[in-house]
Amino acid sequence: MKLIFALITGLVFGTGIAISGMMDPAKVLNFFDLAGTWDPSLAFVMGGALVITFFGYRLAWKRNAPLFGGRFQVPTGTDIDMKLVGGSALFGIGWGIAGFCPGAAIPALGTGRWEVALFLVAVVAGFYVRRLLSPVGSAKAAQ
Amino acid sequence: MMFETAFTPFQSLGGGALIGLGAVLLMLGLGRIFGATGIMSGLVFFENREELSWRVALVIGMVLAPVLLFAVTGSMPALTIPVSPAMIVIGGVIVGLGASLGSGCTSGHGVCGLSRFSIRSLVAVPTFMATAAITVFLIRHVFGG
Repeated sequence: MKLIFALITGLVFGTGIAISGMMDPAKVLNFFDLAGTWDPSLAFVMGGALVITFFGYRLAWKRNAPLFGGRFQVPTGTDIDMKLVGGSALFGIGWGIAGFCPGAAIPALGTGRWEVALFLVAVVAGFYVRRLLSPVGSAKAAQ
Repeated sequence: MMFETAFTPFQSLGGGALIGLGAVLLMLGLGRIFGATGIMSGLVFFENREELSWRVALVIGMVLAPVLLFAVTGSMPALTIPVSPAMIVIGGVIVGLGASLGSGCTSGHGVCGLSRFSIRSLVAVPTFMATAAITVFLIRHVFGG
């Protein structure tokens, strides 16, 4: 049941990505192109997602534990360091170059476009570069 | 290359709400943050079968979404790639490096982090939004992409 629940959850998220326009690099890059062919649609994606998540999380946390056991695992770190700021800055640069981010590219794989697979392989290569720079072991998982 | 894209406030708002619903379901069911970077790196550097299996199921669901949409509506979602394969590779490596260093991307910091008012996400999101906008400006309007 847990795995079927996870699959449906992925399907809901992926459908949202597809309908919203997030998986279309032309639209993503236009969102950032304030000086050119600007398309503000993606602000509505973030707005819709944030409203649902803000209220939905609070409802979910009224329970003592998740439906399928374990506990709610929420990052609690508050440190603002160079890794956070530099990593995020780099992430934005890559996003602005390629027009894909990981959460959009995974569902986009389902369209069968080879460029999406190329992007995801490159992202995994980036994970390995990060491990070469500073080995982390299993210490701190990314969000 | 620049392409005009249509302003789609309603689809984007509705799609965004579904993205949020996906994030809420993952928290409700499994108690996890829906961060695509964490989920991907959990697939690549998996620690045990228990942690691997739900990520595999989640990713299969995500990949099936456009297929299901195609089955229902008869058309695939729009996907126009206005950049070269070289830029996809370069951008992808930087995305992977940056998102893992910064512990998150648009879904983890953007949706899940901001909705919890995480201080780290409140720093991360404006940072990557700004560098993405600067990058697009430089590529399209300074170097003439």
